[in-house]
Amino acid sequence: MGGKGHQFYQQNPRCLRAAFRALRLPRAVPRGGNATATAPAQTKGAEAAPLAGGCGQGKFTLLRDTRTDGSFLVHHFLSFYLRAGCKVCFVALLQSFSHYSIVAQKLGVNLAAAKEQGQLVFLEGLKSCLDLLFGEEEQPGQPSPLQFLSGSSGELRALFDFVRVSLTPCAQASWKGPVLLVDDLSVLLSLGAAPVAVLDFIHYCRVSVCCQLQGNIVVLVHSSEDSEDEENELVVNSLCHHSDLILWAEGLATGFCKDVHGQIKIIKRLSLRQAAEQDQVQIYQYKIQDRNVTFFARGLSAAVL
Amino acid sequence: MLNQGRCTYVPALPRRSSTIDDLKIQLETILAALFDKQIHCKSRRDTASVMAAGGGVAVGTLLLIEEDKYGLYSNLLFKYFLAEGIVCGHDLFVASAKEHPDNILKELPAPLLDDTYRKELGDEAEVVNSEDFQDSMKIAWRYQNLPKIEASPTTYTKFGHYYDLSKKMPPELCQSVKWHSFYLHEESSFEPKMKAWNMNSGYARLLQSLQRIISQEGFDGSDPQKKQRNVLRIGIQSLGSVLWGDDVCCSDPPEDPHSLTKFLYVLRGLLRKSLSACIITVPSHLIQNKAIMERVTNLSDMVVGLESFIGSERETNPLYKDYHGLVHVHQIPRLNSLICDVSDTKDLAFRLKRKLFTIETSLFADAWLLLSPNQRILGL
Repeated sequence: MGGKGHQFYQQNPRCLRAAFRALRLPRAVPRGGNATATAPAQTKGAEAAPLAGGCGQGKFTLLRDTRTDGSFLVHHFLSFYLRAGCKVCFVALLQSFSHYSIVAQKLGVNLAAAKEQGQLVFLEGLKSCLDLLFGEEEQPGQPSPLQFLSGSSGELRALFDFVRVSLTPCAQASWKGPVLLVDDLSVLLSLGAAPVAVLDFIHYCRVSVCCQLQGNIVVLVHSSEDSEDEENELVVNSLCHHSDLILWAEGLATGFCKDVHGQIKIIKRLSLRQAAEQDQVQIYQYKIQDRNVTFFARGLSAAVL
Repeated sequence: MLNQGRCTYVPALPRRSSTIDDLKIQLETILAALFDKQIHCKSRRDTASVMAAGGGVAVGTLLLIEEDKYGLYSNLLFKYFLAEGIVCGHDLFVASAKEHPDNILKELPAPLLDDTYRKELGDEAEVVNSEDFQDSMKIAWRYQNLPKIEASPTTYTKFGHYYDLSKKMPPELCQSVKWHSFYLHEESSFEPKMKAWNMNSGYARLLQSLQRIISQEGFDGSDPQKKQRNVLRIGIQSLGSVLWGDDVCCSDPPEDPHSLTKFLYVLRGLLRKSLSACIITVPSHLIQNKAIMERVTNLSDMVVGLESFIGSERETNPLYKDYHGLVHVHQIPRLNSLICDVSDTKDLAFRLKRKLFTIETSLFADAWLLLSPNQRILGL
C-alpha cells in the first residue's frame, strides 16, 4: 500500500490492526519472497517442517483437498506415526492394502511387518465389503465393521466399535499414543451413510481416541467450492470447525504446472482452544516426487530460482 | 465418416503374467494416444514428458467413459476395448441392458493383421507432417527448436493391431475366446440374499453374476491348479440409464441415490482382487444430480468424458473445423505411488480422419500461447 492508503493507515492504527485481523494472519508470518528463510522442506523424517506441527496429544487433524488429490498427506501421516512408534488404526476405504504398502515402502516403512507386530490395525474397506455381501453368514460375535451396507439403519456403530476395540491399549505391547487414520470419509456418504451418522461417528471417535486415550485422529475429506454435493460440504464444514489442524491441499488456480503440483494451506486452529487467539495460516506450494514431497514458499519453486 | 476410421497401434498383452500390479492391458485409440508418448500425439510442445504413465488400463482398475450426447464415440471405444480383448486372447464379460451382448460382439471391428496398413499410415503421416510443420512459427517461435513428436510408424515397436471399422470381426475369431454375457432382461430374478443389499436389483444381479464368473473361472487366484492365468475384460454399457431400472438419469432427486455409487464400490473391490479390467460407459449428460457424478468420479480410477460436436454450434466453429469432438480427462489413476496427476494437459480433441484416429493437444497449445513466459513457468 502506498500513497493515500499509507497515510490513512498511519493515522488510523486501529484500522490497520482490524485489517490484519480480518486477514487472520499474524504479522510475523512471512508472505513469501524472503529467500533466506525458505529452504525447501522435506516430508521424510520427523523434521518435516511444515507438517511437524501435529505431534501433540489429543489432536484432530483434518486433511482436505480441492481440485487435486490429497492422499500424499495420508501416506505421510501413516509412515510418520508408524516410525514414531504409535499404534495406528487405519480405516482404508478406497484403496487396497498393497497400494499403501508399496508407497510406504518408498517412504521407508514396512506395513506388513507393522501389521504382524500388532502396531498397525488395517481395515481394508473393499475387502470387508465383499466379505459382507458375498461371504457366508457371519458369526454373531463379530459383526462386520461395514455393517451399515446391508441393513436398513445407516448408523456407523459397528465401525466405531471396531475402532475402539483396535485402539484399546493391551497389556503386552506398549506402543506410544493411539492414532486413528481415515481415508477417506467422503466414501461413507457414497455408500449410504447419512451425514449426521458420519458426524456422530467422528464425534464418538474423538471422545474415545482424543479425550479418553489421548491419541490423535487424522481424517481425509474431499471438498470443492463449486461442489454440488451438499451432504459432503456439510460434513466438511462441520469437521473444519472442530479440527485442531487443517491441511488443505489445493490445485493451482491457474491450472496444472509441472513443477508445482499444488498449494497447501496449513491452518492451526488456535482459536479452538483459547477464545482470544487467532488462527494461524501458512501457505506453501509443493511438488510431489517419487519418494518425497518438497515444500517451498509461493513463487519460489526450483524451476524459477 | 465413421466407417473409415482406424485406431492406432497398441501393444499386446504378454501371455505370462506375474502380479496384478505388474500387468497392464494396452488400450487402443484414445487411451494409447493419451498415455503412450510414441503414438500419434501431435503437439507443438515437447510432450515426451507429458505422457508419463505409459499406457492403457491397468489390470484391477476401472475406466469410466462419460458418453457423448448420441453415444457414437463412446460406443466406438467400448467396441475397441472388446475387440482388443479378443485379439489378445483375453476372456470377455459383456453386460448391457440395451443391446443383447451377442449383437454387440457381432458388431466388433475387424483387425488388420497384415502389413499393408503400415504403408498407408506412412503416407498419411507424411501428409500430416508436411502440411503443418513446414511453416515457421510466428507466435510460438520459442518452440521452433523443440523436438517434435514424430508421427511416423518406424519409431514404434511392433505391437498392437489396427482395426477397420468398415468390416466386422470374423465370427471364428470371436469364438476363439471364452466370453460371458449378461443381458439384464434375460436374467432370472434375484436371490433373496440380495434383498439385504439395499441396491437396485439390476445392479445387484450384475454383481452376483460377475462375482460368480470371477470365482468359478479362477480370475481371483482361488484355483491354485491353474497355471496359465488369463485376464478378464469387463464391459458394461450405459450404466445408470433407465434400462437398468435406475431413475438417476430421469429424476432429481432420484429414488435411490446410493445404488450407483454402491455398485461402483463393490465393483472396485471385485476388480482389485482379481485379474480383470473394466470399462463402463455412463450417460452422464442425462444425470441431473451433479453430486452423484462427483461421487462416481471419486470412486472410479480413470474418468474420460467425450463431447462430440454433432449438433452443437462448435460444428461450424472455424477453431474446431478439423475435429470431431473433445476429450475431457477428469481423473487419472493413482496406482502404487505418491505422484497423482502428471499429465501436462487435459484439453484434448479427437478426430476420425480417413485412416487415423488421433488425439491432439493443439487447442491447449493455442491457449498456452496467450500466457507470458513467466506465467507459464511459475504456474501462478
